[in-house]
Amino acid sequence: MSTALATNTHAAAHAAHDHSHSHDDGSKTVLGFWLYLMSDCLIFSCLFATFAVLAGNVADAPTGKQLFDLPYVAGETVLLLVSSFTFGLAMLNMHAGRQAQVIAWLGVTFLVGAGFIGMEVHEFAALIGEGAGPGRSAFLSAYFTLVGTHGLHVTAGLLWLAVMMHQTAKFGLDGIVRRRLSCLSLFWHFLDLIWICVFTFVYLRGAL
Amino acid sequence: MFGKLTLAAIPWDEPIIMGTGAVVALGGLALLGLITYFGKWRYLWDEWITSVDHKKIGAMYFILGLVMLLRGFADAIMMRAQQAIANNDAAGYLPPHHYDQIFTAHGVIMIFFVATPFILGLMNVVVPLQLGARDVAFPFVNSLGFWLSVAGAVLVMLSMFVGDFAATGWVAYPPLSELGYSPSVGVDYYIWSLQISGLGTTLAGVNFIVTILRMRAPGMNLMKMPVFVWTSLITNILIVAVFPVLTATLALLTADRYLGMHFFTNELGGNAMMYINLIWVWGHPEVYILILPAFGAFSEIIATFSRKPLFGYTSMVYATSSIGILSFFVWLHHFFTMGSGANVNAFFGIMTSIISIPTGVKLFNWLFTMYRGRVRFHSATLWTIGFMVTFAVGGMTGVLLAVPGADFVLHNSLFLVAHFHNVIIGGVVFGCLAGMTFWFPKVFGFTLDEFWGKVAFWCWLIGYWLAFTPLYILGFKGMTRRMNHYDVPGWHPYLVVALVGACIIGAGILALLIQLVVSIRDREKNRDLTGDPWNARSLEWSTASPAPFYNFAHLPNITSLEQHWEDKEQGRAGVQVTGYEDIHMPRNTAAGAVIAAFGLVMSFALIWHMWGIALFGLAAMVATFIQRSYDRDIDYYVPASEVARIENARYALLKQSEKVA
Repeated sequence: MSTALATNTHAAAHAAHDHSHSHDDGSKTVLGFWLYLMSDCLIFSCLFATFAVLAGNVADAPTGKQLFDLPYVAGETVLLLVSSFTFGLAMLNMHAGRQAQVIAWLGVTFLVGAGFIGMEVHEFAALIGEGAGPGRSAFLSAYFTLVGTHGLHVTAGLLWLAVMMHQTAKFGLDGIVRRRLSCLSLFWHFLDLIWICVFTFVYLRGAL
Repeated sequence: MFGKLTLAAIPWDEPIIMGTGAVVALGGLALLGLITYFGKWRYLWDEWITSVDHKKIGAMYFILGLVMLLRGFADAIMMRAQQAIANNDAAGYLPPHHYDQIFTAHGVIMIFFVATPFILGLMNVVVPLQLGARDVAFPFVNSLGFWLSVAGAVLVMLSMFVGDFAATGWVAYPPLSELGYSPSVGVDYYIWSLQISGLGTTLAGVNFIVTILRMRAPGMNLMKMPVFVWTSLITNILIVAVFPVLTATLALLTADRYLGMHFFTNELGGNAMMYINLIWVWGHPEVYILILPAFGAFSEIIATFSRKPLFGYTSMVYATSSIGILSFFVWLHHFFTMGSGANVNAFFGIMTSIISIPTGVKLFNWLFTMYRGRVRFHSATLWTIGFMVTFAVGGMTGVLLAVPGADFVLHNSLFLVAHFHNVIIGGVVFGCLAGMTFWFPKVFGFTLDEFWGKVAFWCWLIGYWLAFTPLYILGFKGMTRRMNHYDVPGWHPYLVVALVGACIIGAGILALLIQLVVSIRDREKNRDLTGDPWNARSLEWSTASPAPFYNFAHLPNITSLEQHWEDKEQGRAGVQVTGYEDIHMPRNTAAGAVIAAFGLVMSFALIWHMWGIALFGLAAMVATFIQRSYDRDIDYYVPASEVARIENARYALLKQSEKVA
């Protein structure tokens, strides 16, 4: 997939300004962004490892089994997966060169993503309200930090989405905008992947 | 609004700190005054602060490293003086809390703000030139990364005068670094200075990997890359692989300290050993991050000054790569005493011993390069030979420590302190100074003074051995590290010798500074008109000294591992090829320095719990970044006529130098 993407953006960048041979070449940016994503992936690896080590250290505080509301989390999961799908639609429209549809689907993605964040904030607030905040036990510290870090990433992604909607409107689908949308798309799908792991290893395992 | 920050945060009652503060403040004011007097602000802003030129960023990394070396060394000499005094009834002149901050700051500064800037500086100067590229892949990110490192260094310096620094040792083990045992802002200074400079290092890592993989000159396949580029590639892969671990680990400690969580505390299920494992998962590869580019520099230098191709290029590449992989399987040797059981300790002990094999391969390659070569004893060669002797001993004491049984005895002793100084000074510092001597003319156009370079080398070499051999012995005698006071009279003579050694190293640093001053004074005499002052072998020596901002007028075609040497053999070097084209270059930008400045504001505010200002700093960073993303005028073309003018001047000088010769 990486090669296909890289080639696509490469071609796009060249179509946009074919005079630029050494700089602004989309393939370099996409490779660099992949490297950044892998480094981010390692941050999550550390958080997952820490969670795995500390998951049993509940210290008389409520356990995951008592706290997690699986149907609610399944709802969050559906929202995030749908947002990945709508982002995919935005990218298809980008390749087809349909500016208005790109902005529209980015907008839908933004709303669904914001819905996910809203649900997560609500979930966190409820937990803290029940007296199961991050300071209660090592397990809860690890839980809030892992899930919260993912949430912060999604929030940053929302900001980026808003900026890209505006840039698409302002500059059109030129090489730079396409390149950035490709990176954002990678970022968004990457966060989906992380969430699948969160859902599996934190919620499903915790609720069993 | 000002959180925990009050006037009481300034240590008025500590004469040493206030004296240093006064000197730093006066010196800083004098510097600012001089810049204003000579009207150089515009020049500084246009040519340096906003520059995206990799050679200038490399030079600035070196300046940062040298300045911080002075601070780190001041810490070192204070510790040596304290230990040379504080025997039996004498308490010494440093109270324990101050002493603890000094050894912490010494370690943090030497690793993060001396060694790291040095190797990033070397890579910045050398990698694009050796690749035949005109810049790095992301010039703006390069500038941003540098200024973030500066922001980290500024925070560490600030901690001396406003509040205090961590008193925990340079890796800040919990639970000591937790709020319960370190309630002051010291650990917070530690956390945020490392987070902000670590971000800069990670960005540099991504940047260089893409540069090396995507910007090689036509014809340069991976096995035609100079060894220095290979070592840089592996180093940057390691950076991208482990700096995120440091970021995550410090973030968890931050969560404990700021949000009352329990990752590493003694209470409610926290596990301090988790931190120690994580920090060394970063920390061990980090030492290879520092040493590999030094290995690369030695390889280039020894081949040049032996007038022979590097012996065993392929084995060098494989040795570097296997060191990179093995470096991930040794972290537990930093805490064999954790008690993870004989089998686990045996595994890590054996892996640690194995990693010495590729290193040994390299050492033999350097020796065989010199064998039957016509070795010129330039100061760069001296650093290299001094390194080979010193580092070999450091490596052997490392293998000694790799035996878990021996480690249980030597853990946390001065033997360990001597070992890692042996490899870091003998390897990283010697390598960076050798590299600075070697590549200085490529950036500034004149060579460094040889006499003072040799004085510096001998002072460093003799000083090192005099300062650290006693520590090896003291380690065997049972003296542990980080002692503020001791009551064993037998240790005292060794510590006095160590102080003398440290003073000789100080003379070496002074000689380096004199070398810089003398070289700048005599720059006309030492000017390099040829672009190739050492009769060297790789691509960077085929362009002018100083290299023009676009590096190469024509991108070179690569047919040989030692392209420049082959060109000289075939009579292709130094021949002007006309027919210039417009050259595409990135524009300077202030965004990197501005984002880093707001990052500094944010970090300082977070340290002092000034939440409003911290939020403002973060928002300003993000806003500046977004604003930069709207800037479409980020590059330009150097017209062919301008290139022709610069190149004609260079070839005129070249002719002139041939006449002189």
